[in-house]
Amino acid sequence: MYGNDFSAEDAPGGGLLGEVEAAEAALREAAARGRRGGAPGPDEDLEAYFTEVVDADQKIEPRDWMPEAYRKTLIRQIAQHAHSEIIGMQPEGNWISRAPSLKRKAILLAKVQDEAGHGLYLYAAAETLGISRDELVELLLNGRQKYSSIFNYPTLTWADVGAIGWLVDGAAIVNQVPLCRCSYGPYARAMIRVCKEESFHQRQGYEILHTLAHGTGEQKAMAQDALDRWWYPSLAMFGPPDTDSTHSAQSMAWKIKRFSNDELRQRFVDMCVQQAEILGLTIPDPELRWNESRQAYDFTQPDYDELMRVIKGQGPCNRQRMEHRRRAHADGAWVREAAAAYAAKRVEQKEKVAA
Amino acid sequence: MIGPFDFALALGDDALVAAQRLAEWTTRAPEMEEDIALANIALDQLGAARLLLSYAGELEGAGRDEDALAFLRDDREFRNCLLVELPNGDFAVTMAKLLFLAAYQLPLYTALAGCADERLAAIGAKARKESAYHLDHASTWVRRLGDGTEESHRRMQAAVDQVWPYVHELFAPDPAAPVDPATLRADFDARVAAVLDEATLTRPESGWAPAGGRDGVHTEHLSFLLAEMQVLHRAHPGARW
Repeated sequence: MYGNDFSAEDAPGGGLLGEVEAAEAALREAAARGRRGGAPGPDEDLEAYFTEVVDADQKIEPRDWMPEAYRKTLIRQIAQHAHSEIIGMQPEGNWISRAPSLKRKAILLAKVQDEAGHGLYLYAAAETLGISRDELVELLLNGRQKYSSIFNYPTLTWADVGAIGWLVDGAAIVNQVPLCRCSYGPYARAMIRVCKEESFHQRQGYEILHTLAHGTGEQKAMAQDALDRWWYPSLAMFGPPDTDSTHSAQSMAWKIKRFSNDELRQRFVDMCVQQAEILGLTIPDPELRWNESRQAYDFTQPDYDELMRVIKGQGPCNRQRMEHRRRAHADGAWVREAAAAYAAKRVEQKEKVAA
Repeated sequence: MIGPFDFALALGDDALVAAQRLAEWTTRAPEMEEDIALANIALDQLGAARLLLSYAGELEGAGRDEDALAFLRDDREFRNCLLVELPNGDFAVTMAKLLFLAAYQLPLYTALAGCADERLAAIGAKARKESAYHLDHASTWVRRLGDGTEESHRRMQAAVDQVWPYVHELFAPDPAAPVDPATLRADFDARVAAVLDEATLTRPESGWAPAGGRDGVHTEHLSFLLAEMQVLHRAHPGARW
């Protein structure tokens, strides 16, 4: 356990963490009340049963029948989430060796390690849907599955580590908190655990920026520069506007998704404005202002053409991130082969002893 | 002959430089599980380094804290052994380095846990449990690689041959130190021999015993490692992070 050694007053994320805890309580409550009449009989309509479980806000489990498209959608979404955790280690990992104090080095190293843990946990959740981790890794390496485009931007200064924590992890939490109530049990449970850890990461990032913004003139400029570069890519993390989003309607019906891209983006903006004020930093949007009638902030949309370009592979770091991942995988091949050969020899020896 | 300050500093520098090297593996390990394991070990080393350097700063009494010692000394002032500053090489080299380091740190921290200095004893008591895990982890991999495929055997043997000369420096006698390193050699040799045997590896016969780290005379590698580690801290003198 680390990272509780700063004041909790200014720290963001409290409200979201409360929502995670509420989702966890709801999950327990749904499990306790059991599902309608237990498992369906052999003559029952499986599809009707599936719909009934989803409509009753209960969980679909790996053993249950599910529509093939539901399974595919979940595999794609969970795998892309797992890939994002693994690729997302790179931009922050870029600063471990240069972290400006030993305490910050320890916190950052532990954070990047957490991301690896989330990746493994999510791959395991995807495996409950009948696909192996090796297959999913292959889909990442050959470019057939994507990861979050935000990680195709470079971390140029130490303040970027803070900005990623505050904004990128913040946006991820806003995205993921509703997934704690997702209809697929293993994913919902994974999200509860991941969101709890992400909220610590977000606080740590915010705290890095807070220290910089209250430090020397150069440090404050570094923090503002990071906010200037990461603000719009963070808004783009919620995906294209609702009018252009292809997967949303069906996912909403299946209760995989519960809020639209634009609803989540608005929630994120509303959350950040006050936090930026406390930091003493300026969100780089001259149109940002409170709208009394909507009870929300008006803001400038991110450049969705840029988002599409980055998704298609033309971001600043797409090639670098993939090349790095492929090289690590290729360089490690002889080690994995050795481990497999060693394990096989042990099995052989045991069999000889047994015979 | 070195006093408690130099002793704490040397051990702290060992742990810090080892942490810096191990952390270089993050996002590059051969398996995702190993990425997590290496980060874990790096975090243990970093934790021990912070305790040891903080204590060294107190013993010195010149107002230097862990960060002043880590970020504001040049390589000639570092007291770590050469073993930890060697580049990571391939995974086999890293595991050879870790095996030898852990097989040295485990008896060292264990002896420290019983020494008269209460602070060092407390640090030793905490760190020895971690070293036991590091030793177990490295031993497992050395056995797997040594007795795995033809390629892994060749690489693991080459790694042992390459790194072995640097272990001698660890045990240079220092009867006045809180723990005399020379007294740890037998324990180290026994543990390492057992692992290498099981791994079908041989211990090289070599008279070459490079040293100098404890006197601040390092390999060419350390200056680069420190340049990277210290660059940001030094660019903003007096700043808080």
